[in-house]
Amino acid sequence: MKKLVAAALAIGLAAPLASVAAGAADIPHYPIKDPPRLSWSFAGPFGTWDKGQLQRGLKVYTEVCSGCHSLNMVAFRNLTDLGYSEDQVKGFAASHQVTDGPNDQGEMFKRQGKPNDYFPAPFANTEAAAYANGGAAPPDFSTIAKARAVESGFPGFVFDIFTMYTTKGPDYVHALLTGYQDPPKGMRVPQGGYYNPYFHSAAFLKMPPPLSDGVVKYDDGTPETVDQYAKDIAAFQMWAAEPHMVERKETGFVVIIFLAIFTVLIYYTKKAIYSRLDDH
Amino acid sequence: MSGDHSTYAPRSGFTKWIDTRLPLPRLMHDSFVSYPVPRNLNYAYTFGGILSIMLGLQMLTGIVLAMHYVASTDQAFTSVEFIMRDVNYGWLLRYLHANGASFFFLAVYLHIARGLYYGSYKAPRELLWILGVVILFLMMGTAFMGYVLPWGQMSFWGATVITGFFSAFPAVGDWIQRLLIGGFAVGQPTLNRFYSLHYLLPFMIAGVVILHIWALHVTGQTNPTGVDIRKKTDTIPFTPYATIKDALGMSVFFLVFAYFVFYMPNYLGHADNYIEANSLKTPAEIVPEWYFLPFYAMLRAITFNLGPINSKLGGVLTMFASILVLFVVPWLDTSKVRSAVYRPVYKVCFWLFIVDCLLLGWCGSQPPQGAIVLTAQLGTLYYFGFFLIIMPLLGLVEKPRRLPNSITEAVLSRRQTSAGRPAGATAAPEDRG
Ligand code: HEC
Ligand code: HEM
Repeated sequence: MKKLVAAALAIGLAAPLASVAAGAADIPHYPIKDPPRLSWSFAGPFGTWDKGQLQRGLKVYTEVCSGCHSLNMVAFRNLTDLGYSEDQVKGFAASHQVTDGPNDQGEMFKRQGKPNDYFPAPFANTEAAAYANGGAAPPDFSTIAKARAVESGFPGFVFDIFTMYTTKGPDYVHALLTGYQDPPKGMRVPQGGYYNPYFHSAAFLKMPPPLSDGVVKYDDGTPETVDQYAKDIAAFQMWAAEPHMVERKETGFVVIIFLAIFTVLIYYTKKAIYSRLDDH
Repeated sequence: MSGDHSTYAPRSGFTKWIDTRLPLPRLMHDSFVSYPVPRNLNYAYTFGGILSIMLGLQMLTGIVLAMHYVASTDQAFTSVEFIMRDVNYGWLLRYLHANGASFFFLAVYLHIARGLYYGSYKAPRELLWILGVVILFLMMGTAFMGYVLPWGQMSFWGATVITGFFSAFPAVGDWIQRLLIGGFAVGQPTLNRFYSLHYLLPFMIAGVVILHIWALHVTGQTNPTGVDIRKKTDTIPFTPYATIKDALGMSVFFLVFAYFVFYMPNYLGHADNYIEANSLKTPAEIVPEWYFLPFYAMLRAITFNLGPINSKLGGVLTMFASILVLFVVPWLDTSKVRSAVYRPVYKVCFWLFIVDCLLLGWCGSQPPQGAIVLTAQLGTLYYFGFFLIIMPLLGLVEKPRRLPNSITEAVLSRRQTSAGRPAGATAAPEDRG
């Protein structure tokens, strides 16, 4: 009888495992490769922005990505966070044309940007954006650094809490931008698609590799490599998605110190109060 | 408690004047100061207080968020981002509210687990328990509708999937679904009614909480021994004893909460909710918030038809049953002994049940393929087996350990044994004062 039960159990356990192995073969898992984890200046409890890096990221955005990607929720005035003066922001805004109106004749018109304006979008709407890019609209950059997170799996997701790993987004963007390569032998990449094992939802995406060494000039001596550009734009996207991150962590530090002291005080008060009871 | 035990003595002329007209200060004094509590309550008993504070925090942050939020399908997503970027401390409000919901559920699950462990649902506390389950139901509705408000991809698709389940009910299903979403697909009417209800339900929760606490103060609290209060030395006054213990539990809880709010505010959420809702683009995986995962796993575990009940309806019924079964727990458990401390077999079954819930949660987060489906099915079986088979049968066959004659005796005997032990060898966690 015992043997029978054991045999039944063995079959019961083996069958689903076998089906998993089989399932893994025919249901592909994306991304094909997990993004490597980089170290970022803004990671960890005391992380801060590297303003030079954010400025370089802005340069990469304006010179390369802004041709296709919008940045709808960031206003020019926010750029003072990157260490620019009010005048520099005014000048930067003025180098953009924004649509305003309607005027007193009911017409929309173009004018120079002002600090209160938001970054103008490269396409009039998502349909136009998709039409110009082989059917896939380039996503807006305002929240993208928080909108991509490759799962850590078990038990990694538990460790992430203790290592305070919160830079999945920038790690992903960096991996994607540096991850273009030739498709493995035998894989057919459809027309207009580019193989990238780091892309989160398929083996290829509709964005041509946007970066190559030297396309953006840096004036602070930072290497002009794809790897560096990718890091800088990813950091810039993180700032765009979470402009109050540093303030948040600084506030958090004060709150946690306060709560810790408060907890210790309550602990000793509690001990003193309970010592009045005869069972302590 | 009722006036006959009241120890409230108004001192000034003004408080005396109030007391003879509306004895609200007396009610507060008798409920939160002189109210007698068992002397051996442990930290598992602090979650009730934590829950009340969390409800208050959700209401407070929610009301301020509502001043800036725009319930329109075109603007909801942007308005939440605007709160995060441009409203003073808007990021704090929003992260407190979003993580607050998670910690609210964490606390309520621990509170329920405490109840299951110490048999808090047994006579005479059946109504107290049932009111608690009503609160859980309302919380689930509130959180589900709140999650739709930021109008991200998971908001939209979560709402679509969950309301879609109602169409599984024969005859009335489609009608219920249309009533819920106000049309044939999730859209502007859905967002509007969810916003309205999301604002309303927390106040209904607050009403039920008042009944819950009223019922509590009629029967009194259970305690880790499960033995009823027999003499005066069994109890201590709520203030300062329970107050300070609750305060300690709360401040540790808030430390963990603050860690998430300030350092990992998006850890408990889903990245896809930072993409604006798009009715033409289904996300690769539609998963609910973590606190719904065990129920979601049970819903998807029913992959087979049962006679006239197809797998979809079976799943929906299973999911509802998994919460409805809690209502009848007081009558399912046949054991005369309240606390798991004195029930060696039930204790093991209880911890297996906790592991089972975690396992179901994991299954709910994974794509339903291969071993995940089977694991979820076995997990569902144990979930219901625990309530419907173990609880009734175990009470009849289990041989409980000897109960102490009174709380005082239990406490004093512990002091004697621990006095004879080397330092560090403390009592088991469930007996610790
Ligand atoms: C020629 C237009 C074009 C340019 C220039 C461009 N992109 Fe893209 N990008 C796209 C398109 C199209 C997609 C959508 C791809 C898809 O979904 O298949 C995309 C998608 C992305 C994504 C999201 C991938 C995902 O996970 O869904 C990121 C991140 C991204 N681009 C970053 C950049 C950065 C950084 C730059 C500048 C260095 C840049 N792109 C420049 C067209 C462009
Ligand atoms: C039982 C208490 C409550 C719970 C469990 C709860 C839960 C939630 C959840 C899970 C969200 C989505 C969070 C996100 O990802 O952004 C949310 C959003 C929201 N809630 Fe609540 N809530 C509660 C009470 C309230 C109250 C009382 C109000 C207002 C009167 C309110 C107003 C809002 C608003 C305006 C939003 C949208 C803004 C946002 O998404 O951050 N909530 N709620």
